[in-house]
Amino acid sequence: MSQPEILNQAFELGYTYTRSTGPVVGRFLTGLKNRKLVGIKASDGRVIVPPMEYDPDTAEELSEFVDVGEQGEIVTFAWVKEPREAHPMNEPFAWAMIKLDGADVPMIHCVAAKSEGHVTSGARVRAVWADETIGFMTDIRCFELV
Amino acid sequence: MKEIAILGYQQSDSRSDAGAVNEVEMIMPVLERTFAQVGINNAQDVDFVCSGSCDYLQGAAFAFVAGVDALGAVPPIKESHVEMDAAWALHESMLKIRMGHADSALIYGFGKSSPGELPIVLSQQLDPYYLAPLWVDTISLAAMQARMMLDQGLITERDMAEVVSRSRRNAMNNPHAQLSGDVSVDDVLAQDTYVSPLRKGDCCPVSDGASAVVIATVEKAKEWGVPYALISGISHAIETHNMGMRDITDSVSTRIAAERAGMNAGKVDVAQLYAPFSHQEIILTRALGLGDETSINPSGGVLAGNLMMASGLSNIGEVFNRIVSGEAERGIAHATSGPCLQHNLVTVLETAEKA
Repeated sequence: MSQPEILNQAFELGYTYTRSTGPVVGRFLTGLKNRKLVGIKASDGRVIVPPMEYDPDTAEELSEFVDVGEQGEIVTFAWVKEPREAHPMNEPFAWAMIKLDGADVPMIHCVAAKSEGHVTSGARVRAVWADETIGFMTDIRCFELV
Repeated sequence: MKEIAILGYQQSDSRSDAGAVNEVEMIMPVLERTFAQVGINNAQDVDFVCSGSCDYLQGAAFAFVAGVDALGAVPPIKESHVEMDAAWALHESMLKIRMGHADSALIYGFGKSSPGELPIVLSQQLDPYYLAPLWVDTISLAAMQARMMLDQGLITERDMAEVVSRSRRNAMNNPHAQLSGDVSVDDVLAQDTYVSPLRKGDCCPVSDGASAVVIATVEKAKEWGVPYALISGISHAIETHNMGMRDITDSVSTRIAAERAGMNAGKVDVAQLYAPFSHQEIILTRALGLGDETSINPSGGVLAGNLMMASGLSNIGEVFNRIVSGEAERGIAHATSGPCLQHNLVTVLETAEKA
């Protein structure tokens, strides 16, 4: 028996509202717009970047912001040989957990590199800003090796 | 407290692409076989029904409601749903029975993952401001976890390949498996990397399918007169969504869930662990302290076929099968959710034959 024809219809998902990102996430995203990176102190003093609203261990509301550097160190990474259409880069690249200078908790972002051999855990990287920053996570276009 | 038994389990074949078969058509044959196994006619013969599925797989809000069409919900039935693996639907059903609101329950889970790009669809379960906009996929997150373990000397690529080889060989005895075969460790290691350091073999396949389970009080199970196993414990625990704050080389929440479920009160003959990536089976085995006396993933596990929202329930069913067949006296089933083993559920099953 042959497979029946599958009907297709294009569909664009859209929202009729906007929402506020609040005093913690909003502060970080506003920082991105101004090309600054900010973290927050956890209950035990560790600096979390991007900042969280509540401490995951104690549930304490967090509010002590700390400026951090736009350079840092790769903690671990994955090498993507064939980027997917949704991925932020079109050429082979790395996803990495990056501990920024002044932070204790690594963040996840992408790293541009020529090949897998150029990337190592422990390598130094620097944020590359988008041409136009608008207060989105993608204001950091990627990180690059220092 | 009433003792609760599991007395039926069926699963569809795990298929890479079910084609034009829709969710209801995937679920119905599984339910028919489950009803026949337990000796009931339909969903009207149980007190409660609970399902697990994910609207993101279908790309539509309340898509799970269509699944109810597989039940025949007229006259009205008591029905619920979790936007989670159906192992959590079984947890809800146990609470329903323990509260005295039901004596029996049908649980089913289903997922048709093939129409979308699953690793990218799953990126949307991540932090909506910091991660989802980057579309970081599940395979890449797991690859970072594996590299961290390799860098720290906690595992080798050969250890990972051994997991894959054992899965493929065990799956040769599983008629519903999608990937099976006499694959050696060297065969796996000969593959090129995919999302490095992972090879394709280290990653579970994308699968379509469904599974179902019937549970009841022991009194009800005896009345129905079919073989059953006891569910002696169930518990779940979750870790923070911030992966940078977790020790992703361990699974603390799995260990907590297993302790709460009473795993350590006896030996574990069989363990079905939900490890979508080879290194995660090693994490789970170590977190639970399982040794040579435990048969790990005799079905092949999800490396042999990963039914989103159903494989956790299937793990419970696979342990049930081995207890009623006499192959095992006691075992555990694990289910997971979220990136890199964020949220974990452990169920302990035991034979009803013991004096």
